[in-house]
This record gives sequence, C-alpha cells and structure tokens, in this order.
Amino acid sequence: MINRECGNFKRTYQSDMALFPVPLQLYTIIAIVLIFYIIFPLLANEYLLTLGCLIGIACLGAIGLNILTGFTGQISIGHAAFMMVGAYTAAILNTRYGVGFVLCLPAAGIMSALVGSFFGIPSLRIKGLYLAISTLAAQFILEWTVNHWKWISGGAFSSIYTKKPDIFGWIPAAALAEAESMLRYKYYIIVILLGLGVIFALNLFRSSVGRAFIAIRDNDVSAEIIGINIFRYKLTSFAVSSFYAGIAGALYCFFYETANYEGYTIIISIDYLAMVIIGGLGSVLGAIYGAIFIQLLPILLDIFGSWIGNTFFGGAATEFLNQLKTFTFGALIIFFLVVEPEGLNRLWRNTKDYFRVWPFSY
Amino acid sequence: MRKSKMFWIGVIAGFFVMTLGLSGTAVAEEPIKIGFQSDYAKLVTIGPVLFQGFKDYIKVFESEGGKVEGHPIEFVECTHDYDVNRGLECYQRQKMAGIVSLALYGTPHTYALTPKLTDDKIPAICAGFGRADAMDGTKFPYIFPVSATYWSQATAAVKYIQDAEGKENLKGVKIAYLYFDNPAGKEPMGVLEKLAKKFQFKLRMFGVPSPGVEMGAQVTDITRRFKADWVIGHMFGRAPSVSLKELHRKGFPLDHYIAFVWNTFDTDVEAAGKDISKGCLTISYTGLGNDFPIHKKIKALYEKEGKPVPEYFNKTGYYNRGIYWAGIQVEAVRMAIKHYGPPITGETVKKGYEKISGYTLGGLFPPLELSENDHEGGGWVIVYQWDGEKFVLKKDWYKAHRDIIAEQLAEVNKAK
Repeated sequence: MINRECGNFKRTYQSDMALFPVPLQLYTIIAIVLIFYIIFPLLANEYLLTLGCLIGIACLGAIGLNILTGFTGQISIGHAAFMMVGAYTAAILNTRYGVGFVLCLPAAGIMSALVGSFFGIPSLRIKGLYLAISTLAAQFILEWTVNHWKWISGGAFSSIYTKKPDIFGWIPAAALAEAESMLRYKYYIIVILLGLGVIFALNLFRSSVGRAFIAIRDNDVSAEIIGINIFRYKLTSFAVSSFYAGIAGALYCFFYETANYEGYTIIISIDYLAMVIIGGLGSVLGAIYGAIFIQLLPILLDIFGSWIGNTFFGGAATEFLNQLKTFTFGALIIFFLVVEPEGLNRLWRNTKDYFRVWPFSY
Repeated sequence: MRKSKMFWIGVIAGFFVMTLGLSGTAVAEEPIKIGFQSDYAKLVTIGPVLFQGFKDYIKVFESEGGKVEGHPIEFVECTHDYDVNRGLECYQRQKMAGIVSLALYGTPHTYALTPKLTDDKIPAICAGFGRADAMDGTKFPYIFPVSATYWSQATAAVKYIQDAEGKENLKGVKIAYLYFDNPAGKEPMGVLEKLAKKFQFKLRMFGVPSPGVEMGAQVTDITRRFKADWVIGHMFGRAPSVSLKELHRKGFPLDHYIAFVWNTFDTDVEAAGKDISKGCLTISYTGLGNDFPIHKKIKALYEKEGKPVPEYFNKTGYYNRGIYWAGIQVEAVRMAIKHYGPPITGETVKKGYEKISGYTLGGLFPPLELSENDHEGGGWVIVYQWDGEKFVLKKDWYKAHRDIIAEQLAEVNKAK
C-alpha cells in the first residue's frame, strides 16, 4: 500500500512478470503463513482448532467449486456429491484394503475427478440453468447410489469408520495420546493441503489452461472460434473441480474418522454454491472469504443469540431466538449481496481502494 | 514517593490474593457439567417440544437445590440446527465447558461423533434413535441408546401385529414398511427381514426420499397394488403427518398403521388433522400423559411463579422424552458419585450409566437396567392409540423377539 501510490514503474520484463510486484504483498503472504501455520495452531485450543479444520476443508471445497462455477461458468449443484465420492473412496480404501491416508487422498481425488467429468458431459450441450438441473440430478443419483449400494455404504448404517490419518504408517505419538494434539495434527494436514490447493489454483489461472477456462466462461462461442477445444477444457474444469471436492471430502472423512453420506446432502451443495457466490465468483480468495463467512456466521449468531437469550430473557425465548437466528442468517446474506453483488472479495478490494486514497480522494 | 509505591504494590498484591482466593473457592464449588444438543429450527414437530421437557426437568431439578449427592450440577446446552458440522462444533464447545455426559440429538450426529466421544471418553446417550448396534457396550463403550433402539421398535411392532392378529405365525399377512429413505430409516430393515422369514409374513419396503412431504406414489402402491394388511411407519419431521393424511385419503384403516417412536405424536396428528388421524397406533419408550410425579412438580413450580404451564406440557409424546433425557443423565452422575466418588469424569459417569438399575423416574418407563454389555436396557416399549382427542393406552409395557435382535447384532458385528 505504502509504496504503490506513486505507481509501479517497471523497467524490465522480469519485474513485470514478478510474482509480487509490491513488497508488501510478499510481507502479507509471510504474515498469513506465520499466523495460520505457526501462531494459530500453537495457541489455539481444541475448539478453535476444530473450527480451523472445518473452515479449512470448506475453503478447499469452495475453491474447487469456484474453479468450475466462477472461472469456467458452469453452475454445479452437485458439489457435495463429488465430495461424498471422495469421502467414500477414501473410507473404503482405508478400512477394507488397508491403504494409508497419504495414498487415499489422491485416490479419492482421482475417483472424484472421474465421476465429476462423467457428470460433466451434459455441459457440452447445455449450459446455465439447464446444467444446474443436470448437476442436481447428479447429486441425487450419487446420493441414492451410496445410500443403496451395500458394497459402498457398508450396510444399513451407510457409515464407515476409518482409521486415524497416518503418514505412511506414522502418527505423532503426542496426537495418539491427547485429543488436542490430534486436532493440531489434523489441522496441519488440512492447512498444508489447503496451501497447496490455493497455490495450484492461483497458478492455474496464470496458465493457458486457466485462461481457456475464463475464455469459455466469458463467451464459449468466441472461445471455440479462437481455437479452444471446448470439449476438452470443460471436462478438464469438471475434473479439476471434482478433484478438489474429492480431496475435501476425504479430509472430512478422516477429520471425523467417519464417512456418512448425510454430511454431503443437497443442502451442503447449496451451501457451497452460496460460499462462492457470497465470496465472489471467479476469485480464489473470494472462495476462502465465502467459506469462512458461511461456516462462521451461524456459529457467531448462535453464540450471540444465546448470550442475548441469557442476558435479556433469562434463558427463555430460546425457540423464538433460534428462528430469529435463521432469519438473520438469510438477511445477512441478502444484505452483503445487495451491498456488493460481486461478493466479499470485491467488497474487500473496494475498502482497500477507499483507504488507499483516503483522506484525499480524487 | 517510596511510600506510595509500596502502597500500590500492596494494593496490587492484595487484589491478586483476593482473586486467587475467590478462584480457589470457585474451584471447590465447580459444578459437574451435563451437556445436551438441541435443535429448534429443522424438525419443528419434535425439537421444541422435546427440549421444553428437558428444560422443565432442569427447572425442577434446580428448584430442589440443583445438587446430586451434594454436588452441584450445571446443564450446558448447544443448538446445532440439525447440522452435522455444527454438532461437532457444539460438542467441542461443550467439551471445553467440561461436560461429563452428553445427550445427542440426531442419528447423523451420533454416527459422526462416535469416534470422538470414544477417544475423549465422554459417554453420550442417543435415546430412541440410531445407532442400534451401539446397544453392545463392548463395541461402543461410550454410546448409550438407553431405550428401545430401532431394532427393538421393529420387533415390538411385529409383536403387536401378531397379538392383534391373534396368531404367532403371520402366514398370509402383508406388512408394508414405510420409511424415510436415510440411514436411520434403513436401520431396522435387517431385523424386519429376519422377522418376515421367521414368522412367514409378506414384507415390502417403501422408501420415502427426503424431505418426505410427498408420498402419494408409495401410499397408492401400499393400498392398491400391495394391498397391505398392516403398515409400519418410520419417519421424522413433516413426513409422518403427510403419511397419516395420505393413508387416510386412500382409505387405509389407521388402526392398522403402527408407527415407530418419532412418527405419530401430538404435533404430528395435529398437523395431519385430529379427526383424520383417529385410530392410528404409536410406539413409545416413555409413558404418555402428565400425571407422573415429575409433572406435578413442574406444574406446581409454574403455579408458584404465577405463570401458565408451557404449551408443550400437554404434548407428552416428545415432552416426556425430554424429561427422560435429562433425568437419565442426572441418574448416571448420581450412580457415578455413589459408586466411584468424586472427581467425576467421563469415565466414571460411563461406569455410572452401567450401574443404573431399577430407575423409573416415577413410573415414566419400566425399571431401567443397564450393564457393561447392554447399553439399551431391555428395549421396552408401550403402544398408544389416538382416539381423536388423546392417546389411550393400547398395549402395556412389553419387549419382544430378543433372539432376532441378538442374531442381527451378531451379524452386524461380524461384518465390521
């Protein structure tokens, strides 16, 4: 911020292509890494670590959906189903075939990518709302399959208990002894994968593949005219997006140590769509903001609501306050979308822009 | 100068000593925490009623001093809106508060939290919902169904039909199982299949997909094509009232419609229509009605406050279960203190549950006996019938076909 106001004067091609044109960006990244990889996990208690894990997994899933919906313009209401594919793949490999956690992850991702690109085939002929309906069908088909195919669901309970996540057979001894260390260990797994996911996604859109996705989103006919193979790139987009979903699903499964299909229902799919829309379509950071918003808001409302209930109503009026909470959740989503239809990411950029020239705006 | 400095040091030191002293006394009086998870937004026919009962029990408990064997007890509520992730978040919040026992709410939550509860050694009750195989205390040491599981409800429903038909062998009788198509709904299937084989009745299952507000096709199938003699219903939330309406519309005699424990109670028959629902049968794991001693105490307490009793006080199907969920946890803590003494931890409360014997909460349910192996307590149920105005007792406390349940348990355990 500080050293940008005079403009960026680039004298070499190298400086033009630099990853961080302004040093502050580099410092920000270092600060984020310090906070979320070192300070937070060391200071946080079990509760905060749980929240961190849940939000981390949601971020990974939301980035995946944003690649498909935000960058390639293909609406999907089946994201949770692709996560479910990943979760059950990981759980089945882990419990029945004794495959370790590290190998379960890519397997879950690949399986999900295959299923995702299969259900992406209709996108070649239909788009927009029609595609939304077809992915909705994918959600129901996959839910039904997992629920009714005994080999997958493992019987009437439709839930499979996995082992604890190991790294080639190794689990930190402290994690086995104490619940908090176990959560810290899981948190590290999740944030490291999330970090990789973010780096990959950011770089994807610096590459020709990512540019092709964006071209398809902006106008698929023009994209085809300039020589982009729509068939290939649309399916690639589905595959990449589902790969993220598969990894997120497998992480959910190992985080809970249970694969249960009721955690991946249509409501969750809509939640993910809400995340990317509220966060900002077509931006990696937006997906992260959206995931944090959707995951954290109901919890904050709950804590705030019960505080109000206990302070002003003496523990009564719980039912009313709970209805109010649901109402407020919806109202806040509408509020943020009305204030900035392009999402939280844009809102944050606007705020930054405002303060950059403050107090002498021109 | 020096003097004033000394003065301030003295003040600060005094303050510290005081806070230490205060916190010292606070530690000594630290109450034993019991947690419960609730939902008022999703399954609106159940949650609000049930947790009103839970809270009214707490009210009575606190008015009587709020102590068990001289130790204060505090209840920690957390609302998860029937969302699994929120359930975990709630559990962590409650664990941070230091709970030694937890009342779960929701089958998916039970599935998801079982590994954590076992790792953290905190016992949890899942009274009247999944998972049924947790009745085996050796496999699920920290999960306590503490009432008839879905398996026991299935055997009880078939036993009722056998008694109503007046014969043990049900050859020629057609039974339809109308269920919510999710793991909770599918849980009793294995037991029903085994019963069908043993008693030779014709069984067909009709799944209703979520959210279960549309079942015209299934009910038509049951009444017109399959021509069922009996229907066993197992649904939640809005679905039961829809099933009552549909079955009534298709002319099915509702006194041949027997429902599991979350299916047909006051809120459901009200939603379907009191006249329409006339005759329907329902299984319960707590007694209905509000003449039990605990209800008298609740009523007296509200009268003393000069307030009317809550609206849900008369909807005793779910209300009494809330009382039960709270009461059983207090009883477990009592047993833990009595047999193992303080300090009370999750582990001792777990053993406390297993020591519960002959507990009835003033006749609300038959004497509950839990043990290290049996976390279900026998699987007793009672059957009521809706007469258009109220539920009347149809079949007193009984349990049935335990051999089938043992067989199913062995099969499920073997598959693990």
